[in-house]
Amino acid sequence: MTGAIASAELSYELVVNGRHHDVNGALAGESLLYVLRNRLGLPGSKNACEQGECGSCSVLVDGVLVCACLVLAATAVGREIVTVEGLAGPGELSDVQEAFVENGAVQCGFCTPGLVVAVHDLLGRLPDPSELEIREAISGNLCRCTGYGRILAAIDEVRRRRLGELP
Amino acid sequence: MLVPASLDELLASVAADTRADLIAGGTDLMVEVNFGRRSPESVISVALVPELKSWYRSGDEVILNAALTYSEMMRPPLCELLPALAQAARTVGSPQIRNAGTIGGNLATASPAGDTLPVLAALEATVVLESAEGGRAVPVGEFIVSVKRTSLAPGEIIRSVRVPARRAAQEFLKVGTRNAMVIAVCSVALVADAERREVHLGLGSVGPVPLRAPRAEELATSLFDWDEGVPRASEKELARLAELASEAARPIDDHRSTARYRRHAVGVCARRAFERARLPDATGRRSVTP
Ligand SMILES: Cc1cc2nc3c(=O)[nH]c(=O)nc-3n(C[C@H](O)[C@H](O)[C@H](O)COP(=O)(O)OP(=O)(O)OC[C@H]3O[C@@H](n4cnc5c(N)ncnc54)[C@H](O)[C@@H]3O)c2cc1C
Ligand code: FES
Ligand code: FES
Repeated sequence: MTGAIASAELSYELVVNGRHHDVNGALAGESLLYVLRNRLGLPGSKNACEQGECGSCSVLVDGVLVCACLVLAATAVGREIVTVEGLAGPGELSDVQEAFVENGAVQCGFCTPGLVVAVHDLLGRLPDPSELEIREAISGNLCRCTGYGRILAAIDEVRRRRLGELP
Repeated sequence: MLVPASLDELLASVAADTRADLIAGGTDLMVEVNFGRRSPESVISVALVPELKSWYRSGDEVILNAALTYSEMMRPPLCELLPALAQAARTVGSPQIRNAGTIGGNLATASPAGDTLPVLAALEATVVLESAEGGRAVPVGEFIVSVKRTSLAPGEIIRSVRVPARRAAQEFLKVGTRNAMVIAVCSVALVADAERREVHLGLGSVGPVPLRAPRAEELATSLFDWDEGVPRASEKELARLAELASEAARPIDDHRSTARYRRHAVGVCARRAFERARLPDATGRRSVTP
């Protein structure tokens, strides 16, 4: 659709958490974050900065951790998008979510969905990360409440549980 | 919106619509769009063009395709061939930004703080441009003409960047307030090329474009022990090296730093990069840097 003008509306299909969604009447410049939240009714990914700084919109696109606010939605056609809503079955918590709750790693909760996606990504790639690797992996996820101590404790608990070091 | 699946298709689309915005990782462009500074009428994505992905070796060069991401620059074996580029990549933004942001986007944005740019300057990289009419190769110093200005012509795209893959010591240092998510206050890339027996320095964030430091390079070249592959310099010589690197800077005052601090810090970084430089042995192994 080369030469489309700003007012032209786009229609396309996105695959989010394994489900096909039709997007109709979208504008060329809409971010994946906007489309997820405002068109597809998936508000789990948060919008706090829209400039890649806070990580609260973190999602996986084809298995790669990115900021949904920096993905042009229409370029995500045909790609596999996983949001925080897709990490566990309906009404269930993933092991990472559960550990966040149990360790008091959630205060206002605004950073939590992005962090949970980032931690799933980290432990999926590196089951036994060092503390430095953990800190580097969450360096793009800002939390203004917890001071990170309890977040690190939650991550460590999931790490040990998955390695069979905890019951 | 167009997501071409081949280079030919991309070049044809760019020729047909020279006003279209190209998008790779979106980490520069989408910030502009989200903040209403740019409303793209049409966008062409380069991210899924197979010919623009990844990298390869060709003779004694490494060809970095335009859509190569920072995360890819950090992985072996590329990080072993181009350690300064890998070090620079590791300082960019956050994992999310590094997974999306590309070398082509860093070049096209041509920000004075672009972290790959001083590395490419020190490597004397060549930027390969292509359009439906054909290609041309431009030294990186000519590609970036001023702050956020490049010599990219309408209808042209960045196809790749060519850099030498010779035996060399490489270092990258960046000053900022955090280890992550930080735009450089200043940065220095050093390449000590064992075959040409020359030290090159690229300075970032201390001028409108990435700079070289010819007088500091000359001194560093004379102080490097090319047979042992280590620097040999007295405290006085190191201080002089820092001074010459500082003199090559053309910094400004802005919200991130004063020009004075930038000038000082870039000299300190140049000196430290030189002190850390170790040539790898013939097998590519590097002795541990202190
Ligand atoms: C939170 C955050 C942190 C950041 N931190 C850093 C940092 O530490 N260091 C740093 O250097 N940068 C940083 N950046 C900037 C940015 O990530 C880099 O400049 C990145 O390399 C841009 O690449 P991209 O693929 O995302 O570009 P895009 O946003 O997709 O494109 C940027 C520009 O390049 C053009 N372009 C892209 N590919 C091509 C091509 N093949 N041919 C011609 N034109 C092309 C586009 O048209 C556009 O004008 C940061 C950005 C964010 C949002
Ligand atoms: S909203 Fe995307 S990183 Fe902040
Ligand atoms: S819990 Fe409030 S920002 Fe992290």
